Amino acid sequence: MKEITIDAKGMDYRELNEKIHEALRENPDLEKIVLKNVLGQRFIGNGIQKKNLTIEIYGVPGGDLGMFMNGPKIIVYGNTDHAPGNTLDDGVIVIHGSGGDVTGHSMRGGKIFVRDNVGYRSGIHMKEYKDKVPVLVIGGTAKDFLGEYMAGGIIIVLNIDREGNDLGKIKGRFIGTGIHGGSIYIRGDVDRFQLGVAADIKEFTEEDREKIKPYIEEFCKEFGLSDEIKEKLINSKYTKIAPISKRPFGKLYTPDLM
Amino acid sequence: MCGIIGFISRDQKLIGGEKIATALNCLRERGNGKGAGYVGYGIYPKYADKYAIHVFLDSSKDYDKIRENVRYTLEKYGYVVKDEEIPVEEGVLEKEYVSWRFFYEFDEKYKPFEEDKMVELVMEINDKIDGAFVFSSGKNLGVFKAAAWPHEVAEYFKIDKYKGWMWISHARYPTNTRGWWGGAHPFNLLNWSVVHNGEITSYGTNKRYVESFGYKCRLFTDTEVVAYLLDLLVRKHKLPIEYAATALAPRFWDEIDRMPEEERKIHEAIRMTYGSAMLNGPFAIIVGTHEGMLFMNGDIEKGNAMFGLTDRIKLRPLVAAEKDDLFFVSSEEAAIRAICPDLDRVWMPDAGKMVIARVNK
Repeated sequence: MKEITIDAKGMDYRELNEKIHEALRENPDLEKIVLKNVLGQRFIGNGIQKKNLTIEIYGVPGGDLGMFMNGPKIIVYGNTDHAPGNTLDDGVIVIHGSGGDVTGHSMRGGKIFVRDNVGYRSGIHMKEYKDKVPVLVIGGTAKDFLGEYMAGGIIIVLNIDREGNDLGKIKGRFIGTGIHGGSIYIRGDVDRFQLGVAADIKEFTEEDREKIKPYIEEFCKEFGLSDEIKEKLINSKYTKIAPISKRPFGKLYTPDLM
Repeated sequence: MCGIIGFISRDQKLIGGEKIATALNCLRERGNGKGAGYVGYGIYPKYADKYAIHVFLDSSKDYDKIRENVRYTLEKYGYVVKDEEIPVEEGVLEKEYVSWRFFYEFDEKYKPFEEDKMVELVMEINDKIDGAFVFSSGKNLGVFKAAAWPHEVAEYFKIDKYKGWMWISHARYPTNTRGWWGGAHPFNLLNWSVVHNGEITSYGTNKRYVESFGYKCRLFTDTEVVAYLLDLLVRKHKLPIEYAATALAPRFWDEIDRMPEEERKIHEAIRMTYGSAMLNGPFAIIVGTHEGMLFMNGDIEKGNAMFGLTDRIKLRPLVAAEKDDLFFVSSEEAAIRAICPDLDRVWMPDAGKMVIARVNK
């Protein structure tokens, strides 16, 4: 079987996740799992290692969606709760709605596209290693502490509503608190008082634009945005936020040893 | 962890308690079966102008005697119009406490300051009568709680038999203090009801502060102090509710520095005057509020309201939603959609800033 549908109505999260893993065990050539009536079930897609698999979710999944996942693509038609993509290894999570707090928590690879907004501390502790560079793209806005303790990867905030209209200057504060790797690109201006400790505003270069372009294109494709909006997003002014240094707290406890 | 959810019908339509039970059950994973509770506003229309006093009586002792002590204390200032055991479904829970309710009215001579007197009575009973704890003392509202899972508490107290226009509930995961009946949420005083997810690490400071005004913290749980702080700040000191929320979760000094002159002065004054009321630690709370609040323009507004508030750096979750005249606040969106699948609007309130719903007039 290539496609399977599970009605999650009234189902406990353990039961639902067992059903998903059972379907994968019994159908090695499975390419699509459709989950209907999802309501608060946690840990969906956890630890699945499989390429060429799409999981469609209708409803509002619970916390830690796609945690430790390696390979599949999850598409959510609804909002998600806390920490979608927690420690995501590889694969894609597409959210046709908003992400909760700590969206993309500790991502170490893969991509997350959020159509609307994300909660507090999104992209906290993202990291990268060699060619594994996680990417979090947010269509709307992010709450405070975006990219907290970020150690690697890319966060892009597009700052548009569903129709592609500009949302105005972002309100978030404590951006990049404790950041020591990776970069945050926010469309539009950001004031220095909005930055957290250890974060700095760096020059946004043409090299940076080339770097984020493919992810903006992918975002527009996922959510069906027009070429006009795509061009606007690619050619906009971005504020790049990156660490002041690689070890911002190196001297915090042992100033005499440095 | 802990899970919280509350909703209000701004048109004050009456809604059966089974709705809040279904919603809270969706958050059961956030608790551990050591506490759950509900408060319904508008559930006692027959005794709407009387105080509905819910009391836990220690069932391991001679609770008839404890109950008579409570009655004796109450009758010093007024009259018990009716009293009875709160109807329960036997066999669902081990009855560690017998839940008793008194419908109570003050004598004429105490009526001009009956709210102060009621607070005094609650404190006296909780402090002096061994084995008795008042856990609900408002008018036309009632708290129902126990050390158990949400669905067990709902079944035990037959929540589905009550109809209210505002319901607030809590599934508990006790962390710093033990799980017992009195420690379950909501915490109530007069018409204030508070449910809370998080820890009040400033509990010691806050407790000493409210105790200097005569409140007595006797329920061994940090959240109790939040109910007393609100009573003190809003009812006694007549702070507008928006500023009381600012006292609990103050703006950061650098934010205050960037405010326009007048606003800056107010926020500075609040931080300086109410430093001991500031709640430190992670929290998300929902509060059912009192009637007859003073608002910013100085007008007395009759009518109840519900509000949600998190700590200012947002260490606990909170989402809000609307559907027609219904307004919801919850730890998770799924719990709201469990009882109201199609919502007009869902959003995440800003940290440390109150989201409030008032009844329509």
